[in-house]
Amino acid sequence: MEQAERHAQARKEKQESDSREEWRLRALPFIGILGFLIIWEIAVMLFKLPAYLLPRPTEIVRTLIEEWDSLQSNGMVTAYEMILGYVLAVVIGVPLAIGITASPSFDRFITPILLFFQTVPKIAIAPLFLVWFGVGTMPKVLVAFLISFFPIVIDTAVGLRSVSLEMIDLARSMGATRMQIFTQFRLPTSLPYLFSGLKVAATLAVVGAVVGEFVGADRGLGYILLVANSNLQTALLFATIVVLTALGLLLFYAIEILEHFMIPWHVSRRAGEQEHGTM
Amino acid sequence: MNEPFIRIQNLEKVYQTKEDSIFAVDDVSFDIHQSQFIAIVGPSGCGKTTILKMLAGLVPYTSGSITIGGKKVTRPQTDLGIIFQDSVLLDWRDVISNVMLQVDIRGLDRAQYMPRAKELLKATGLEGFEFKKPYELSGGMRQRVSICRALVHDPPLLLMDEPFGALDALTREQISMDIQHLWMEKRKTVLLITHSIPEAVLLADRVVVMSPRPGRVVEILDIDLPRPRRLDRLPDKFNEYTGRIRQIFQASGVLALD
Repeated sequence: MEQAERHAQARKEKQESDSREEWRLRALPFIGILGFLIIWEIAVMLFKLPAYLLPRPTEIVRTLIEEWDSLQSNGMVTAYEMILGYVLAVVIGVPLAIGITASPSFDRFITPILLFFQTVPKIAIAPLFLVWFGVGTMPKVLVAFLISFFPIVIDTAVGLRSVSLEMIDLARSMGATRMQIFTQFRLPTSLPYLFSGLKVAATLAVVGAVVGEFVGADRGLGYILLVANSNLQTALLFATIVVLTALGLLLFYAIEILEHFMIPWHVSRRAGEQEHGTM
Repeated sequence: MNEPFIRIQNLEKVYQTKEDSIFAVDDVSFDIHQSQFIAIVGPSGCGKTTILKMLAGLVPYTSGSITIGGKKVTRPQTDLGIIFQDSVLLDWRDVISNVMLQVDIRGLDRAQYMPRAKELLKATGLEGFEFKKPYELSGGMRQRVSICRALVHDPPLLLMDEPFGALDALTREQISMDIQHLWMEKRKTVLLITHSIPEAVLLADRVVVMSPRPGRVVEILDIDLPRPRRLDRLPDKFNEYTGRIRQIFQASGVLALD
């Protein structure tokens, strides 16, 4: 009896220390960010830096609130361009990767073209899009598409090729059709790779939209950045960067949540590996 | 004796490279009778896995012939189950669905095969693990799932390609006992590829001993030991057989004398 009680007590203490440990781990990144901001605030005050060089974090927050309406409406424009370009990259990139892995001759035909488009600096093509499509939404969507397209194609293709020979042998011994081999073996095996490509692409799509706006726009966060820059409104510059970063993170985490639902078998295994300290 | 279930005659596999041709399998002939347990034992690179893949119709052969049930093997055979060195489970399917993959791909009736899948899991000590995902299992358990998957559609032929290769010694023993048990119950025709001499002698009715590259059959031994064979009660004859195979390997330079 006594021993059982002792065990229960020990278990309870273990649970408590586990949950304390978990909270500590969760709080750490926020403590880090907060510490960084406080040091920044103090440094600006201490060295008496003018606001047009480096505004204080509190000043940035104040601007963020004051300019919220403008930031929000322009943010919607950029978000729209970013998401449209991203969706276009997924819709075109994934089938292209399937084609590349299904047919070696298609691979030989298309891969040099893809490589060419990837190697061309997107910022260099952006003015060309301006000439072709004007200052509307189209050129920004295209830049966002071009910049996020490549990692999706490459990672999906790598994923589709990562099926082991034995797994294909197994499928053939079951009399699996080409279609079954694709849907039951290749596609699910490729999903973890596909999602890592989607996540990289998500962070790039926002870059693409802003680059598109830099070249020529009359609205959007990229446009706000240019205006704030020329007026030396550095606090607004920072506030815009904050919103842009939030946009990128939002898309990134949306994909991560989708990943959680679509490939829980992979996500939980990865979590298990992290526990053992072998990322 | 009646016509053998599987007949392999003058089988050859040659890999062509730019410079020359490499003989992976050279003039191999042997028969496997219905319900017989055959083991091929040989050093790495003797082409034993290639023989299994050619028999399964997964790899084309250069010359010679393979017939199963009188029919020539020219394309992937589906009337069989295969167990690989790796369990090759699908990470996104739980244990029971991995076993039922065989049924799903073949378009068989799920309801009809489900009880059989459960029975096999029970026989291999996996009862209660039906809804676990592969990454939650140990290596031995994963391999047991792959054994169930290879048997669930009740094939007449079972091919095993070094099924114990990736397991620890204790698990190897346990699973080889499981396989003997399943074989005695179902009496399927089995081809086991292994590089372990004791495993081959423990499980098989006949052992085909192969030489290193080019893979040739050096000797075929009939193992005349009563079943069930148990590791804790091995007769003296067991050591005679393993000793004989060791001698063959020593003579061909696969095993050093000291």
